[in-house]
Amino acid sequence: MSWRRFFRRSRADAELNEEMSAHLDAEIEENLARGWSPEEARRAALLKFGNRQQVRETLWSQNTIAWLAGIGRDLRHGARALRRSPGFALISILVIALGIGVNTALFTVVRGVLLKPLPFSDPQRLVRLYEDTFNHRFPYNQSAGGIFAEWQKQSHNFAGMAISRQAEYNLSGTQGQLPEVIPAASFSWNMLPLLGVQPALGRNFTAADDQQSANGTVILSWGLWKRRYGGDPSILNRTILLDDKPYTVIGVAPAWLAYPDSRVQLWTPAYHENPPVITHAIDNHNFRAVGRLKPGVSMREAVAELSLITQRIHDAHRDNPFVSEGAHGRPLLEAIVGDIRTPLDILLGATSCVLLIACLNIANLLVARSAQRRRELAIRTALGGSRAELLRQHLTESLLLSLAGGAMGLLIAGGLVRWFVSLRHDVPRIEAIHIDAAVLAFTAGLIVLSALFTGLISALSSRGDAALRALQESSRSYSGGNARTRVRRVLLALEVGLTVVLLVGAGLLLKSYVRLRSSDLGCFTRNVLTMNFSLPAARYNFPAAVHFYQDLLSRARSYPGIQAAGLVSTVPGAGYNGDNSFTIQGRPPLAQGKGQLALTRWADPGYFRAIGIPFEKGHTFDATQQLVPGSEVIISKELERRYFPGEDPVGHTLLASGVRPWRIVGVVGDTPDEIGEAVKPMMYYPLYSLMSDKPQDFDATAALVLRSQRDVTGFALPVQKIFQDLDRDLPVSDILTMDQVIGTQTLDASFDATLVLLFALVSLLMAAVGLFGVISYLAAQRTVEIGVRIALGARRDQVLLLVLFDGLRPALIGLVLGLCASAGVTRLIQSMLYQTQPGDPEIFGLVSLALILVAGAACVVPAWRASHLDPVASLRMQ
Amino acid sequence: MPPKSRPDAEMLKGTLDMMILRTLKAGDAHGYTIAKIIERTSEDVLQVEQGSLYPALYRLEDRGWLSSYWRTTENNRRAKLYRLTAAGKKQLQREANRWRRMARAIGLVMGEGTQERES
Repeated sequence: MSWRRFFRRSRADAELNEEMSAHLDAEIEENLARGWSPEEARRAALLKFGNRQQVRETLWSQNTIAWLAGIGRDLRHGARALRRSPGFALISILVIALGIGVNTALFTVVRGVLLKPLPFSDPQRLVRLYEDTFNHRFPYNQSAGGIFAEWQKQSHNFAGMAISRQAEYNLSGTQGQLPEVIPAASFSWNMLPLLGVQPALGRNFTAADDQQSANGTVILSWGLWKRRYGGDPSILNRTILLDDKPYTVIGVAPAWLAYPDSRVQLWTPAYHENPPVITHAIDNHNFRAVGRLKPGVSMREAVAELSLITQRIHDAHRDNPFVSEGAHGRPLLEAIVGDIRTPLDILLGATSCVLLIACLNIANLLVARSAQRRRELAIRTALGGSRAELLRQHLTESLLLSLAGGAMGLLIAGGLVRWFVSLRHDVPRIEAIHIDAAVLAFTAGLIVLSALFTGLISALSSRGDAALRALQESSRSYSGGNARTRVRRVLLALEVGLTVVLLVGAGLLLKSYVRLRSSDLGCFTRNVLTMNFSLPAARYNFPAAVHFYQDLLSRARSYPGIQAAGLVSTVPGAGYNGDNSFTIQGRPPLAQGKGQLALTRWADPGYFRAIGIPFEKGHTFDATQQLVPGSEVIISKELERRYFPGEDPVGHTLLASGVRPWRIVGVVGDTPDEIGEAVKPMMYYPLYSLMSDKPQDFDATAALVLRSQRDVTGFALPVQKIFQDLDRDLPVSDILTMDQVIGTQTLDASFDATLVLLFALVSLLMAAVGLFGVISYLAAQRTVEIGVRIALGARRDQVLLLVLFDGLRPALIGLVLGLCASAGVTRLIQSMLYQTQPGDPEIFGLVSLALILVAGAACVVPAWRASHLDPVASLRMQ
Repeated sequence: MPPKSRPDAEMLKGTLDMMILRTLKAGDAHGYTIAKIIERTSEDVLQVEQGSLYPALYRLEDRGWLSSYWRTTENNRRAKLYRLTAAGKKQLQREANRWRRMARAIGLVMGEGTQERES
């Protein structure tokens, strides 16, 4: 037995034939030479040679690999059978392609994001470290520079520890390029060696680069280097301007590096970028710490040691409630992946349902087909086809369908993955999402599974058929194949049940999204345009910055069509962006370990009117108080509610960070920092004032807010022009209407809801098709019976109802099953719901109604057709 | 004249392969010649059944003991010739040795003197 021989069987056979002919001829010649007559010579030769055919057959089977030949035969047979009913084949392949496609796509994402190890060396020893702050109110807080320094000094369990901090730079235009805001991160010098990353070009930071006195150095991302510098290797040791300060490019990172996230495009040294007041503070939590465990050390013991160190510092500073009392850690992968796990799991659950429904549907169609083919199957059984052979035939057919569907599904998955990657920039590790060998193996597994599932169901449903009975029955049948129709009804009920679960899930997510979208931001959201900019400290000192703000506002306000303009450090709904502790003057000191926090914003006096945040009490900042150390503060209603119950806060004085006095001049309405989150206490400092006596202590980052009566998107260009006129080298970023700000913040919710809804609708469609198929089949089976009934005087509407309810019964059973399952399953997605209960009766009701309507529509056509049977024709048909 | 009646000596299993190899030691030959040589040298005691000759030839070729090529014969007919390969020679040596031991052993049991035959 050899493969080569197997595939060259026909050629070998031809050769053998020729060889044997030659042999015979030689024998005949010899006999002739003996003087025999030609006939005698030939006859003797043939007799002597024996059975030629037998030799050929012996050799043929000697060269044949039996099971392989069997499979080949089955495949040919299966393909022929499918070609006979192209409509069935096409629908089945499409349905499987859809099921496998969405699953493969989602698995690709899940594998890229959750399953692949981080691309760093020995990644399972990398741990993200946190502080546990403020009576465990922030158990996964970032680390303070001072605490981190003590960790580094005192702990023994780490091979190394490093910090990073989010940053942003204005990259100045050179050679006619536009200036640009670049998302960035600062790394302590040992971060990249700790992760095990070597720059693709140049070198890593050194300890010498990573201190205040050093010259500025920067490592570019591969993407930025390619995009902005044309991939020119002579960029090394050149100087670029970040926030108008010179930085020497010392390296280019490898293309795959995306830490802390994929938006970061350049890295600077942390201790050079952040002043000692931040890197030494023990109560100011600005850094993300990462540690590499020594071999053989568990994360638990390492973190316990850090906790102890932190506790000691805490105990030495009992007066300061913002010094953490403990530490936490989790694997770096888990920290990076974070909150994306739940939605991905839910989507994966939804796609599994889709595949299961697809398989149930195919199984259903196959059962129907094998019902049509029972004569063929019975004849084959009668001719001696073994049960195993028939089973193999079933499986081969479903395997063919699954293979074709899987191949098409892979194409669908490719498209879906590309779409997902382009849409979901918020997903961490998006750069790791590729269709690779593991994904292909997963797809192959799905193909085999669905082939087995569908093939076995259809094979098992035809098991009970005795050959003889099938032959008898098919000649004259009044209501055939009861066992078979029972299988189909069960399949149908399951299908409907799963669809209901998907529909309910989608409905809940959708309702939650709608709630989220319409949640009150506490300000105008229509026709409001915002854009961010940041004044580089190198060019703007304190009075210059204020003059820029004022020039900008006066030019924007006088632009035709703009009703109001204002400046604020962070617009509502755009994120947390910093807080301050405070105490209230004249109150008894807080109990030890207690602290009061409020989110901090800086605003110009006209901001509140521009964006429509109402004044509850008091008034806005005194516009004449400029260019002096500030003394006025405006607080939010939530701050008043929490800390001034039953009191008028206006006129009181807050001590920010416990020291500097700020007099409350007004109380404004609440705005959430994140959409869908509860409002937090907030205080607004005047943008035009210094925060202390130091001249560099002012807010240099702001968002310009513009309001108009008409569509504001048209103002984006002219206002950018105003910026250009004021400062040619100042980039503007994130030009968004307030609606778009909300949109980007709720993108993932909308995405998840849309996707699950899509899956649910596909499932509903499949269930409807399945229902239609089964009812049509049942009605056709009962043609004679119905004909007799009509002939005996049954009314048309009675027949209609009869068939209709016959079909609706499995749908209703499925509905009840599905609703019960939903009640249990939806609790799992509670964490993703906003102001929506998992058992929301409205959604459950709507889904039930929709399902009954669709099921009714699917059943009504066959039922109507049955009720309009011509009894004579139907009886004669048999 | 009808062919001779089948000799009652059934060819011993496995010996056909050996004899084919032995026949080809003298030079390349095609299936017919191989059969004839075996019949003649055995003084027509051994009749080669074509039903086993060709499967045996293909089997031996498969194992690499024979190689084959097509050649046009003197009477202008295409014929497939078989040739003994180096591996085939070694195999023949092994089989012949084994055969001799067997023949001698059987002879001893049957109480006859050993028949020496040239291989």
